Amino acid sequence: MRIPCPYCGPRGNDEFIYLGDATVRRPDPQALGASDAFYEYVYLRDNPSGLHQELWYHGGGCRSWLVVTRNTRTHEISDVTFAAGGKL
Amino acid sequence: MKYSVFSLLREAFRGHAGWTPAWRKAEPKSEYDVVIVGGGGHGLATAYYLAKVHGITNVAVLEKGYIGSGNAGRNTTIIRSNYLLPGNEPFYEWSMKLWEGLEQDFNYNAMVSQRGVLNLYHSDQQRDAFARRGNAMRLHDVDAELLDRDAVRAMVPFLDYDNARFPIHGGLLQRRGGTARHDAVVWGYARGADLRGVDIIENCEVTGFDIAGGRVTGLDTTRGSIKAKKIGLAVAGNTSRVASLAGLRLPIESHVLQAFVSEGIKPAIDCVVTFGAGHFYISQSDKGGLVFGGDIDGYNSYAWRGNLPTVADVMEEGMAIWPGLGRIRMLRQWGGLMDMSMDGSPIIDRTPVAGLYLNCGWCYGGFKATPASGWCFAHLIARDEPYEVAAALRLDRYATGALIDERGAGAQPNLH
Ligand SMILES: Cc1cc2nc3c(=O)[nH]c(=O)nc-3n(C[C@H](O)[C@H](O)[C@H](O)COP(=O)(O)OP(=O)(O)OC[C@H]3O[C@@H](n4cnc5c(N)ncnc54)[C@H](O)[C@@H]3O)c2cc1C
Ligand SMILES: [Zn+2]
Repeated sequence: MRIPCPYCGPRGNDEFIYLGDATVRRPDPQALGASDAFYEYVYLRDNPSGLHQELWYHGGGCRSWLVVTRNTRTHEISDVTFAAGGKL
Repeated sequence: MKYSVFSLLREAFRGHAGWTPAWRKAEPKSEYDVVIVGGGGHGLATAYYLAKVHGITNVAVLEKGYIGSGNAGRNTTIIRSNYLLPGNEPFYEWSMKLWEGLEQDFNYNAMVSQRGVLNLYHSDQQRDAFARRGNAMRLHDVDAELLDRDAVRAMVPFLDYDNARFPIHGGLLQRRGGTARHDAVVWGYARGADLRGVDIIENCEVTGFDIAGGRVTGLDTTRGSIKAKKIGLAVAGNTSRVASLAGLRLPIESHVLQAFVSEGIKPAIDCVVTFGAGHFYISQSDKGGLVFGGDIDGYNSYAWRGNLPTVADVMEEGMAIWPGLGRIRMLRQWGGLMDMSMDGSPIIDRTPVAGLYLNCGWCYGGFKATPASGWCFAHLIARDEPYEVAAALRLDRYATGALIDERGAGAQPNLH
């Protein structure tokens, strides 16, 4: 599996570190019901079979955090953007 | 037909013409008391114990492919009960006890081989950690021995004891651990369940659930609708997908784990050895192939196959403890789908949907759990209360904070 880093170009996946689902958002700790929201944020995942938006860190390259859209059935990557200033 | 030395002799004289199929190819009925989804080891063991221990025989096991086509038929067959935490250790020890009587119990040769599991340690700190684990095991009446370097060398003389980076200082040995024949475990449970009236229905994928007033009443399958009073999910890597059909969102990610087999060689290694400085384990099958593996690939996957960096990593770790491996050719490699939970420990519990029960989160270590998982899941389904040794394996522990995190790695499935 090679990940096309927008800065470094296509690189082997062993240069990257995987964090997981990029769609979960840290809730507001002051909000009502924050503890339920944190439980969902920390532990619950859609874990889709198909397209998955996920965070990868290019530790062996430009050291950017990336949002990668990948098909979990085929490992095919359809989109990569920088996490900073982008989708997050 | 009961299998015994007499039936074997009789068939030997008859040219083996009298053996009958070990289980029926059942057709789905319209209604069951209990339906188990997933014909892996855990689903079949659950059906077996439901029938045998609880007398509940109007049961179906629905399997989308053929039984044992999932992780049950893909794993590296190591069985052990060398866990650290009180939430896990009694459960895995109960499983080990069931393994010890399994073949007599279900009258099938599962080739349970208590050849010993030896975890190597490579530093003083790791020795302390292993001593602690061994003590924790012994506090639960489980066998554990801390071996020094010479004792390890006497068992497995050909390892690289003086490796510059990872010298071998000793090991933690569980002599009662070992291996079992994974397919035979599936077949033995299937046969034992079938003999007691359970319908094993293959090529039957569950595609939806009927839920009325918060209670499950049946399910939709590729072979029609089936009514059921109770439904148990034991679908391992497909847990999130199947549970989402009932509206559940779970603390699970699916990851791929690879395994490897070498060409067959003469008997070389007579126990299971694990490398403590990374994640590598190896044993030898009765056919002579070396069976080995390492870490999960580390990203969400439903692809049933992994990538080359993990292959390279596993080979390098193997070479670090056993340089002689480099002279042996690798024959096959494959992947399976792990239901990685957020604390690395399993879940056997009820769900928010009444009548729907959940068995998942086995990560890369659920084969050893097969007997106890089936036993405890059957108890939960039959009695609506957890079996004692599985009482900590709750679904709500992620919300309450009563996690069972052997690694102390936090809610990061690829670190467990
Ligand atoms: C490479 C590898 C090595 C491993 N090594 C070890 C080891 O050495 N020791 C150890 O203890 N564990 C090991 N494991 C883990 C162990 O194999 C699993 O944890 C365990 O097999 C999971 O339980 P199971 O047998 O019920 O799963 P499975 O055999 O995967 O059963 C689940 C079944 O559910 C079926 N299913 C899924 N969706 C549906 C649906 N919608 N409808 C109907 N059926 C469905 C699947 O087809 C599958 O047959 C390993 C796993 C792998 C992949
Ligand atoms: Zn980069």
